[in-house]
This record gives sequence, structure tokens and C-alpha cells, in this order.
Amino acid sequence: MHYLVTSTILFILWIIMSGFFDAFHLVLGGLMSLLLAHFSWDLLFENTKMPFSKRISEIFRFTNYVFWLLYQIVLANLHVARLVLDPKLPINPKIIRVPTKLKKDVSFVTYANSITLTPGTITIGVERDYLLVHAIDDKVADDLFSGAMEQRIARVFEVDEKP
Amino acid sequence: MLHTIQIIVAGFFILAGLFFFTTATLGLLRFPDFYCRLHATGKGDTLGTLLMIVGFMIYEGFHLLSIKFVLIPLFLFMASPTVTHSIGRAGVSCGVEPWEKKETEKTEEVS
Repeated sequence: MHYLVTSTILFILWIIMSGFFDAFHLVLGGLMSLLLAHFSWDLLFENTKMPFSKRISEIFRFTNYVFWLLYQIVLANLHVARLVLDPKLPINPKIIRVPTKLKKDVSFVTYANSITLTPGTITIGVERDYLLVHAIDDKVADDLFSGAMEQRIARVFEVDEKP
Repeated sequence: MLHTIQIIVAGFFILAGLFFFTTATLGLLRFPDFYCRLHATGKGDTLGTLLMIVGFMIYEGFHLLSIKFVLIPLFLFMASPTVTHSIGRAGVSCGVEPWEKKETEKTEEVS
């Protein structure tokens, strides 16, 4: 099942990237995606016991999260643009420790990458229970400490873990 | 008429993207140390690239090419923060000292 889904995803990607619809290219792409899925299906799906209905709802929640993140990126980018264009350069960089309760690897990576994507904060170190973050001024650091982003990620990936 | 509107909207998105690229470059030149420059280069680009690609998509109209355009930011949004993170971590493990404001150090101790 996972094998078939992986090869289907690869095949769709092949069609998009090649742009050819004749029989030769389609058969070639189909064979290649089957072959590649044979080697690498266990990379895409980490937890094979998870039912597909749950996975699909997870994808929906993740898409929802991505749109929220885009909005945050726009806000934070405008903030940093204002900092850069200010003649006095009112920055106050510091390294802070952000404690986190996330458990899964996926949510950890998403959290660290989201922090780096929102301008003004960079993850520079990842430990098991906290992240080292370089923040460029006080406002973005406070935004991070409010924990809104972490809660949203926990809602996407760690629904079943919650007591 | 419709084509004109299309070009105007696309031009607006591309100019907005250029604005964020410009601030990123200005930040690279103006910020005082390694980590702050990482802020400017690593991420001013993400929003800038996204806006520019949306502009290109509107300019081209919808066909197969626009799906390819969607794939570019998808990859970029995974790759760019990872690379920024690894450069930053390399800086930490090499012992690069972060620049700090002198007068705010004291107020932070109090609060």
C-alpha cells in the first residue's frame, strides 16, 4: 500500500516535470517510479502503522499551518525590513534558549525550520528539550516565547500523544 | 484589457519581491556581525522568491509551467532554513562571538 502510494507520487512528479504525454515517456516514467519506490518507500512514510485516514487529516492540518506560517513570514519580514531601513539600526541581537515539549522528530524539524523561516530568528542549535535561537531584537524574541507556533505544531503532529 | 491587468498585477508582485531582496542585501551590508548577516541573507530571500514566483505565475497564466513554479518555493522552504541553520551552527561550534549592544546588557540583567 505504502509502496503504491510512493510510486504514484513519484509518477505524478514525473509527469509534471517532464511535460510529455506520449506513451514512451509515460511507460518509462511509470517503470522508473516503481523501481525508485521499491528502494525508497520507507523514507517517505516513517510510521507505517498509521492509518491513511489519519494521515490525510494530518496533511490537511499541515496545509492549514503552512498558510498561517506564510502570514507570519510576511509580518516578520516587514518588521525586519523596517529594522534594516531605519538609519539608527535599532537591533539588539542575543542568543536565547527556547524550551520545547515537542517529542516527534517531524515536529522538531518543522519547529526549527519555521523559526528559521520567520525573519529575525535563527535556530543555531537543537537539543532534546530546548532550542538555541539567535534573535535579532526583543520583539521577535517575545513572539517566540509566547509559544503560539509550538502549540500549532503540536496540534498538527502530536494529536494522539496528548493526554 | 485583461492582459494589461495581468501584467500590472504580476509587475506588482515582482516589484514587491525585489523590495524584499533589496532589504536583504542592505541588511547584509549594514548588520554588524556574522549571525545578524545570516538573518538578512537566509530569509529576506524566502519571501522575496515567493513573491517573485507568484508574479511569474500570474504573468505566464495557468498551464503546466505554473505547477513547476509551485515546486520551486516548496523545495526552497525546506532547503533554505536547513542551510541557514547549519551555517549558524558551524559558527557556534567555531566559537564566533555574537555582537551585543553595550548599553542594553545592563538593563537585561535587571529585568
